[in-house]
Order: sequence, then C-alpha cells, then structure tokens
Amino acid sequence: MTPAIFAFYLFALGVLAGGLFTVISRNPVHSVLWLILAFLSAAGFFVLLGAEFVAMLLIIVYVGAVAVLFLFVVMMLDVDFAELKAEMAKYVPLALLIGIVILMQLSIALGVWVFAPDAEALRANVAPAATEMTNTAALGHVLYDKYLILFQLAAMVLLVAMVGAIILTLRHRTNVKRQDILAQIYRDPATALELRDIEPGQGL
Amino acid sequence: MAEFFSSNLGIFVIILAQCVAVVAFVMISLLFLVYGDRKIWAAVQMRKGPNVVGAFGLLQSVADALKYVVKEVVVPSGSDKTVFLMAPMTSFVLAVIAWAVIPFSDGWVLSDINVAILYVFAMSSLEVYGVIMGGWASNSKYPFLGSLRSAAQMISYEVSLGLIIVGVVISTGSLNFGDIVRAQDGAFGFFNWYWLPHLPMVVLFFVSALAETNRPPFDLPEAESELVAGYQVEYSSTPFLLFMAGEYIAIFLMCALTSLLFFGGWLSPIPGLPDGAIWMIGKMAFFFFLFAMVKAIVPRYRYDQLMRLGWKVFLPMSIGWVVIVAFLAKYEVLGGFWARWTVGG
Repeated sequence: MTPAIFAFYLFALGVLAGGLFTVISRNPVHSVLWLILAFLSAAGFFVLLGAEFVAMLLIIVYVGAVAVLFLFVVMMLDVDFAELKAEMAKYVPLALLIGIVILMQLSIALGVWVFAPDAEALRANVAPAATEMTNTAALGHVLYDKYLILFQLAAMVLLVAMVGAIILTLRHRTNVKRQDILAQIYRDPATALELRDIEPGQGL
Repeated sequence: MAEFFSSNLGIFVIILAQCVAVVAFVMISLLFLVYGDRKIWAAVQMRKGPNVVGAFGLLQSVADALKYVVKEVVVPSGSDKTVFLMAPMTSFVLAVIAWAVIPFSDGWVLSDINVAILYVFAMSSLEVYGVIMGGWASNSKYPFLGSLRSAAQMISYEVSLGLIIVGVVISTGSLNFGDIVRAQDGAFGFFNWYWLPHLPMVVLFFVSALAETNRPPFDLPEAESELVAGYQVEYSSTPFLLFMAGEYIAIFLMCALTSLLFFGGWLSPIPGLPDGAIWMIGKMAFFFFLFAMVKAIVPRYRYDQLMRLGWKVFLPMSIGWVVIVAFLAKYEVLGGFWARWTVGG
C-alpha cells in the first residue's frame, strides 16, 4: 500500500464518518463539528489530487468562515431535543421516500454515464498544462487572463446582490444614542475636567 | 542504509525525526518565551519577576509546566466532556502544525509547499475553533461570552491580516516563504527588505497580529475585570496548560511571519555577513520582545473600539494598499521596487 493510497482511505474514512455522524448525532453542535471533519477530509482529497490551492481555500472559506457561522447559529438556538425527535419520527417515511427516489435517480444517471470522446481534449484546451505552472498560477491564468470579462461580470452580480441586501435591511433610526469615536478621542482635559477647591465639610 | 532511507518506512522515519526536531525547538523556545515575557513585564514595572527556580529563575517555566501536569483535571459536571477536552487539544495542535511550512534558513523547512502562506493562514483561521469549543463546552456564562468575543475578534482581524499578506504576495509573485525571502535579498541588506516598500502595512500587520493572538491591548476575551478569564474560566491543570501553550506558540508564529514577510527571514541585515538561521531566530526573538513590551505599556482597548478599528480602519486601509501595490508592481514604479517577481508573474 503506497502512502497515497493510505492517505486516500484515511480521508475517505474521514469524509464518510463525518457525513454519517453529521446526520445521526443528537446534539446539533456535534453535528457541525463532524461536518468540519468532513470538510477537512475533503480538503485532504484536493491535496492528493495536486490541487493544494483549492484545498487551502476550502479550509479557509468553508471551515474558517462558513462553519464558524453555522456553529454560532446552532449554539444560539434553544433546541428541545425530545420534541425534535418526536417531530422527526413523524417525517421518517417521507424522508425515506425522497432518499430512495434520489438514490434511484443517481444510479440511473451514473449507470448510463459515458464520456464524450472529445471531452478530455476540450477540458485540456482551457486549462494550462500541469507541467507549465503551479496550480495557483494556472487558476489565476484561467480566471484573470482567459475569462477575465466573465469573471468580473460574476463578481459584479455578487456585488450588486450584496449592496441590495444591505440596502434592504439598512434602517437609520433617528432617536438612538450613538457613540462618536472621533469626539471621544479628541476630548481633552480642558473641556472634560474642572478642578475646584472644596471647603472641608461643605461639599460642592 | 541509503536503501532504507529511500524506502517508504525510511522516508517516514526521516520526516518523523524532522518533525520532532521542529516541535522540540518550538517547545523549548516556548519555555523561555514565557519566562522572557514575565521578566520583561516585571522589568517594566520595576519588579524582579521569576528569580527563584534555577539560575535567574530560568527554570521557572519548567516548574510551572510540571505543576500544571501533575494537578487534577477538573471537568465541570454540566459540561460536554468530549468537546471540553478536545478544545485545548485543538488549539494546541493547530498552533504547532502551522510550523510545518516555516523556513528557518534557506531550505530548512519541513514541507516546502508552494501555498505555504495559505496553509499558515488556514491553520490560524482554524484556531478559533479551540476557543469556541472551549467556551461552549464549559456550559457556563462567562466562558461562553468570552469565546463569542474572541471568535468575533479573531475573524475580524484575520480579514485584514490576509489582505496585508496579499500585498506582499503581489510583490513577490509567489505564495512560498522561500521565494518571499529570496525576493528580499539584494545589495543593500536591511534596506532591501519588504518593510520599506510595504512600510504602512508593517505597522498594521503587527497590530493585527496582536489582535489575532488575543494579546494585550486586545486581550478582551479574557478581560479579567469583566469576564474573569474568558473562555478559560473552567479549565484547570493540563487542558489549561495546552490553551496557554497554544496561545504562546501562535504568538511566536506571528513573530516568525513578521520576520519572514517584512524583515527578510534568514537574510543578514548587513551586506557581507553570512545569512543563516541565527538571523531568523534573532528576529523572531526581537519581535517577541516587542509583543512583550506592548503588553507592558499599552492599556486595554474597549470592545467596540476594537471592532471599529478592525472593520472601519484596518480593512479599508489594507484593501486600498492592495490596489496601490498592484498598480506600483504592474507599472514597475521606482525600477521595480514593488515588483520582485521570482516566479513568472
């Protein structure tokens, strides 16, 4: 068994165990932690494929940011586990039905899967040869040189969506006290302090 | 013998020995960093600091570590035991494994991968899990509040840290630490390093590193006057030791990053003197000294000021700098001062 095969089975075990326990663990926080294991193992697959840039992005974006958000949301939820389980038992037949349908669809699709004879060549056309540059450079080459306009348009769509979401939720309330940091920083003793001589026993 | 070292088992043994060497270096420097931190802090406050165990108190950290290890592990009865014990391990292990890609001299690196910076960045972005898991699993209010604060703080400053690194990467055209340091080599020694072309970002990087590692003046997660000790409240003995060790190793890693990215890594500051690991270690020690001094002389920030600084000051500045550096590098201003591409860019 070569190290690569050993690593493959290790990561495969990680993904499968992570996915399985994400579904069956009773505590939602544990579910998210198992999900993180699945993400990390999937990143390991990318390293094995020689796509280390994608692997690192997967860890930084999904594990470092998205899963943290999941974890926050799940921690804040006040979940009644007993009620949740009773609810779940009610929907098990429906879930099983959907699962079986999807499984059948997948097996039908994968059973008749054929590669088009020129698919390999078409894919090789857009990507630079692996021997020419590292995969970070190759990715940059494809995104920023070959398909610059498309990439920038996609970024534009996302930007507009983000601005739209902010505008929809932004409300300026007028009767709220806000902290003006600059005013706080530029306060000096001359305006903020007053020194007085106080007679003993008299007070101010 | 040579045959053995080219077999799979032999390679495994070699890698294991290298890993042990790096971890041993990190752990031994950890002992003396904690000691140095306390000594510097004491000197600023005109105290003596640790001076009883060993000559000049040099073995104080060893005694402390021993004390932590032999004490009883107290696990709160309402806690989630597995996650509670996993949290300090996560935080320690993630801090240590980031050292796999840090070069101490030319070629002295465990794993010379070409996405080294992203790897370090990924590992430091995972460190937030140790904090969140610890705070949640303790099942208590102070740790939970502390962990929420800490997570928000680490995520906020990671963004600006990443953008500052992007500037350096644009200048180099590579994500590999070896390439970054070699790009800073030149005839003028000290003045060839990236701190000069990336001057404003050096300051931002240092401050962000303070915030990212929860060091004073940004140690809000464990602000003892409000939260007792933040996410570490319920921890005792070895788990607490692991949290502490992970924190210090992360700080030392930030020192290593500062010297690699902006201060020429293993390069000697004076042209003519030989380069080598001694410079790298010296620079790391110097930046740790700066970290310790900041802890001693700067008062703690208020939480809303911390968030404002991260999102409204550092983030726009670092994004702006990325844009500026991209232009300066593309049009080779000042004879390619910002464009030292070692890899075909």
